[in-house]
Amino acid sequence: MARTMTGAEMVIKVLAEQGVDFIFGYPGGAVLPIYDEIFQQEKVKHVLVRQEGGAVHAAEGYARSTGKVGVVLVTSGPGATNAVTGLTDALMDSIPIVCLTGQVPTHLIGNDAFQECDTIGITRPCTKHNWLVKDVNDLARILHEAFYIAKSGRPGPVVVDIPKDVQFATGTYVSSSNTAIAHKSYRPKLKGDQPAIQHAVELMAAAKRPLFYTGGGVINSGPKASQLLRELVRQTGFPITSTLMGLGAYPASDKQWLGMLGMHGTYESNMAMHGCDLMINIGARFDDRITGRTDMFSPGSRKIHIDIDPSSINKNIKVDVPIVGDCAYVLEDMIRAWRGLASSPEKSALKGWWKQIDQWRAVNSLKYKKLDDVIMPQYALERLQAHIKDRDAYISTEVGQHQMWAAQFLKFDEPNRWLTSGGLGTMGYGLPAAIGAQIAHPKALCIDVAGDASILMNIQEMSTAVQYRLPVKVFILNNQYMGMVRQWQQLLHGNRYSESYTEALPDFVKLAEAYGGVGMRCDHPADLDDAIKAMIAVKDKPLIFDCRVAALANCFPMIPSGKAHNQMLLGEDVSAEEIDKAIGKEGKVLV
Amino acid sequence: MSEKGTGSAYFLEERKDTTERHTFSILVDNEPGVLARIASLFSGRGYNIESLTVSETDEERRLSRFTVVTTGTPMVLQQIRNQLDRLVPVHSVTDLTVTGQPIERELALVKVSGKGEKRIEALRLAEIFRASVVDTSTEHFVFEITGKSSKIEQFITIMRELGLVEVSRTGIAAMARGAQGLA
Ligand SMILES: Cc1ncc(C[n+]2csc(CCOP(=O)(O)OP(=O)(O)O)c2C)c(N)n1
Ligand SMILES: [Mg+2]
Repeated sequence: MARTMTGAEMVIKVLAEQGVDFIFGYPGGAVLPIYDEIFQQEKVKHVLVRQEGGAVHAAEGYARSTGKVGVVLVTSGPGATNAVTGLTDALMDSIPIVCLTGQVPTHLIGNDAFQECDTIGITRPCTKHNWLVKDVNDLARILHEAFYIAKSGRPGPVVVDIPKDVQFATGTYVSSSNTAIAHKSYRPKLKGDQPAIQHAVELMAAAKRPLFYTGGGVINSGPKASQLLRELVRQTGFPITSTLMGLGAYPASDKQWLGMLGMHGTYESNMAMHGCDLMINIGARFDDRITGRTDMFSPGSRKIHIDIDPSSINKNIKVDVPIVGDCAYVLEDMIRAWRGLASSPEKSALKGWWKQIDQWRAVNSLKYKKLDDVIMPQYALERLQAHIKDRDAYISTEVGQHQMWAAQFLKFDEPNRWLTSGGLGTMGYGLPAAIGAQIAHPKALCIDVAGDASILMNIQEMSTAVQYRLPVKVFILNNQYMGMVRQWQQLLHGNRYSESYTEALPDFVKLAEAYGGVGMRCDHPADLDDAIKAMIAVKDKPLIFDCRVAALANCFPMIPSGKAHNQMLLGEDVSAEEIDKAIGKEGKVLV
Repeated sequence: MSEKGTGSAYFLEERKDTTERHTFSILVDNEPGVLARIASLFSGRGYNIESLTVSETDEERRLSRFTVVTTGTPMVLQQIRNQLDRLVPVHSVTDLTVTGQPIERELALVKVSGKGEKRIEALRLAEIFRASVVDTSTEHFVFEITGKSSKIEQFITIMRELGLVEVSRTGIAAMARGAQGLA
């Protein structure tokens, strides 16, 4: 039954119908009618952030840790422009976000009205799709469509720009069941091509040096995809590595797991990428952090690529067997095809390959020198891991060395537990993302592994965490540098540390207290365990843990830009000269 | 570069790739901003646009048809196709150059001014090119000419010596040969 109501009422009604329990937002003139509706109901709860950028990252953390759509509400003009970084972040990492923006009344659009900006124009390249709603009778349909587009296919952020007069106007509400008719032009392909799957499985059966290379697509596909992946990997006995975004889809504690691959991946995973004869890419996109130099990338392998987005296939790396489809669907079909093979392949055929991998593993590429009087950042994370391993934990990160160390040293056995900004590499992501995760999982242990520089980019969200009594832990690996920048300057710019030292850092303990949270500091390895225990015990309040670590530690292994997987730099003991030789002139211009 | 032997040798092929010129037909929902979406996809990803035309072609279903002429390596051309196809309002993307030599036509308005001999010569040549006169005074002609882009370019070059004032071109409209239409 069609019902009439105002645009603002429709917004809330759609959210309720879509099962949204929390939205993250910040009010302003152009969204006041919607805020008025929020005030008058209880179904949809609003989380007030302290900056709109924080709202989008919080919604990302919520979405990534639940598999649901994250919802954002911001005002026109500066509200919308502040959201742009988060939207771009969500686009790069395929996170489903519905962002509602207020807009000046339709008759003022184009007038340079107060707090007007061309939200649709600005967000067009950083959303999967966006809409300006000019007629209240289109509003409910567009909002339902927005949810559908955000979460289906390759997920991503969408923006619905709603002028204030449309929020006030009265029109007809349509429910999602009435709009659920097949979309006219947008129809993501879920099922993979059967002959291609059969061919892929036959290649797998014949492979001598196979390798699974998986990515965020497995996690986006949902928990079933991770389950199926585990099944296929175990049945085949193949080794598996994953991208930064894919951590947790396969348990890090399993013996077939080689660790993360890529620029700061493990020696064994990168060498296996380089030396494999069959690469099975599931939901990853051959990003440049993964491939290194493309013309030397895994030269001897045939490549199978499963991706729901056809534009990811043959973009950077040409593959032999492309399969367009949703990971869960394709994996299910692959398992069936594998079981149906005429003669089931002998796992012992892989013995030589595993022997080789074990030799690479023995290099122990994540080793580092422990010090007695200074906390090494790797050590801090090893201890953190020891204390959280049996807990219901969600980890977010900022961007920098600490992020890579977290990926290397924390162990994820389940999907949706690891929240990090991969594609865009957005400093300031971690604290709001942890807040979003904590909102969704109030009892869980939500930790932002942070850097001293990154944390300051969205530190204001401490205030949000205090308001909602969220026991988020900000675990800062404080090296007093923009460590990752400094590392590159050391390796590529002759040790000239231009602007990468933060001369004036705040006292993080006092800062936490100023916000109404708890502050802690630890600067000695012997105190670390007790301090981490004390940190975990804090309830109802956010906490900043200022972990003072060695200032000049570098993150290894590292594939220098412009180099291939088998040209990795290992360990702290590489000399400056070696580094200089390792990175050619051309490599230096790369990012 | 010699020992490729096993597996795929994608990178070796890629290095030798030469650029090709292809014509795409894109069917889209005729909704606000769709032109900007397509144009900004090309500029944002660094693809070339040699020609772009668009108009509503199916009033009932509110569909518009874009014709885009672009250049790139085969890998880039495939990317362009896939990236376009990913846009929500896009119904179909067809690479007309892959499916066969498409029919490509363009229309131009060409204004020429002059007197005496030159004026007579312009009119005579226009007849040879089957350009028609759509506006005239004692001092000028506006010719309308359709055909392949190469023909139009030739005509413009000739008119340059005969008092060319200005040119307006539509860009290319294209369609595959044969009985089939686009979905
Ligand atoms: C918004 C933003 N600006 C700049 C950068 C470039 N950048 C990457 S890592 C980094 C330094 C991060 O320093 P910190 O947070 O202290 O982490 P560390 O590397 O020391 O662990 C910078 C500036 C970025 N990724 N994001
Ligand atoms: Mg730092």
